[in-house]
Amino acid sequence: MFRQTLKHGLVALATVIISSTAVAQDLTGTLKKIKDTNTITVGHRDASLPFSYFDDQQKVIGYAVDICMYIVNEIKKELKLPNLQVKLAPVTSATRIPLMANGTIDLECGSTTNNAERQKQVAFGPTYYLTATRFVYKKSSGITNLASLKGKTVVSTAGSTNLKQISEANTKQNLGLTILAAKDHPEAFLMVETGRAVAFVMDDILLAGLVAGSKKPSDFAISSDTLSDPEPYGFMMPRDDAPFNKMATAAASKLYKSAEMPALYSKWFDKAVPPKGLVLNQPMTDKMKKALANPTNNPDPASY
Amino acid sequence: MNYKWNWGILFEVSPEGKGTYLEMLLSGLMWTLTTAFFAWMIALLLGVTIGVLRTLPSRTGRLVGNAYVEVFRNIPLLVQLFLWYFVVPELVPERFGDWLKQLPNAAFYNGVLGVGLFMSARVAEQVRTGIESLPVGQRMASTALGMTTAQTYRYVLMPMVVRIIFPPLTSELLNTIKNTSVALTIGLMELTARARSMQEFSFQVFEAFTVATLLYLFTNMIVTILMRRLEKSIAVPGYLGTSANVVVH
Repeated sequence: MFRQTLKHGLVALATVIISSTAVAQDLTGTLKKIKDTNTITVGHRDASLPFSYFDDQQKVIGYAVDICMYIVNEIKKELKLPNLQVKLAPVTSATRIPLMANGTIDLECGSTTNNAERQKQVAFGPTYYLTATRFVYKKSSGITNLASLKGKTVVSTAGSTNLKQISEANTKQNLGLTILAAKDHPEAFLMVETGRAVAFVMDDILLAGLVAGSKKPSDFAISSDTLSDPEPYGFMMPRDDAPFNKMATAAASKLYKSAEMPALYSKWFDKAVPPKGLVLNQPMTDKMKKALANPTNNPDPASY
Repeated sequence: MNYKWNWGILFEVSPEGKGTYLEMLLSGLMWTLTTAFFAWMIALLLGVTIGVLRTLPSRTGRLVGNAYVEVFRNIPLLVQLFLWYFVVPELVPERFGDWLKQLPNAAFYNGVLGVGLFMSARVAEQVRTGIESLPVGQRMASTALGMTTAQTYRYVLMPMVVRIIFPPLTSELLNTIKNTSVALTIGLMELTARARSMQEFSFQVFEAFTVATLLYLFTNMIVTILMRRLEKSIAVPGYLGTSANVVVH
């Protein structure tokens, strides 16, 4: 009797061990790491309003953060990890690639432009925002459009694609601009505020955030002229990790197509956002609606 | 590590459209060297002046010298560059401020000035300690010979001081070269800034910073070798800093 029970017990135990190792073996790469450590690490930015930033309580919030948390929740369900720990790691534009390459972060949720060159190094999730390059200027400076910048000093952020676009426009349209490169967005904006430059060329949504957060938002205007097609923003994932990429992409696509999405979008782009209650006033465009209805991580701006 | 190495990126055309990524980094190196050269000139000129000032019999001179050194070495270089770049143009009369702001290559002039003044405080400290390390008898003997203070410094003290502080001065020169990288925060497109923009454009961060590291390393090695040679050529036989085989006869 006792032997019988022991035997049954051992068989049952063995089955459990075998089946559980079978599940664990199914997982590779990032998913395996998440399962093994019961932790997922999400990289975020510190001041990319309204995508990914700290609020006044040092909590990480934003549109991209909401999307990533939804993805994390889906992964939690898929992997059956009810107590999955979510670690947040701040990244900068300079550290996000090394930290993703060495496995410190599993997802990066910020305002990272998805382009073909970058896709050689990391994988991108489906596009969650489209932004065009425009410039901000002081209303009092007499600037109205691109042509009126002729011969003036403009600034953009060092290493940005925007800097490249204004350099090209400068050559092509013979504007004779002096183009400065600032270390980061707030500093470039400061150059316009203090008059070191008349215009700051950047992604329009980031400009809207900077203007809304400035001392006197009514002093500034954003150009209606654009210097680029709308460029896609997406979250980053490690490349060559198909199972993880597939799971995260499927989760994001599910959210984009869901009824929650328009509300989530307007929460960050139409309504007052913390910490200062800024209203960015950027309703969803038709291109954006299309991109959310058919989620894609195509890096080509012309495809949107 | 899940990273796709691609050294070929260095020979690809950079999106700025002015040559390859490697050329972009080299142009950054040129700015680094130019900035460091002029900053070092300021540092030496002001450093020696202030350093001497701090050892003069004049009380006011010492006071001014001390104040200068404490101000410039106690404020972080980054903050100093921001002050020069963003605050000073607001403090001066508006016309002059606007002219300053619209100056072409403003980041370069600001970088030279900021790094130069910061380093001058450090050079001044070394000049002072160099002078104070000399036996007090040298100064007394010069006075006994009827030399003026200026003559004492010119013919007796300074020739020895230069030789004594030469090795630490080499370190300061190397620091000046490296410190120019802080000027990237005011938009100077020097080597580190170039490496950063290369990684932003291409996402090949390790290649960008490896090349930047090597360029810094080689530049500083060359500077070290040249300074070592100069140090040997001006050495006084039998005095400190000269190698043993020169001393033994």
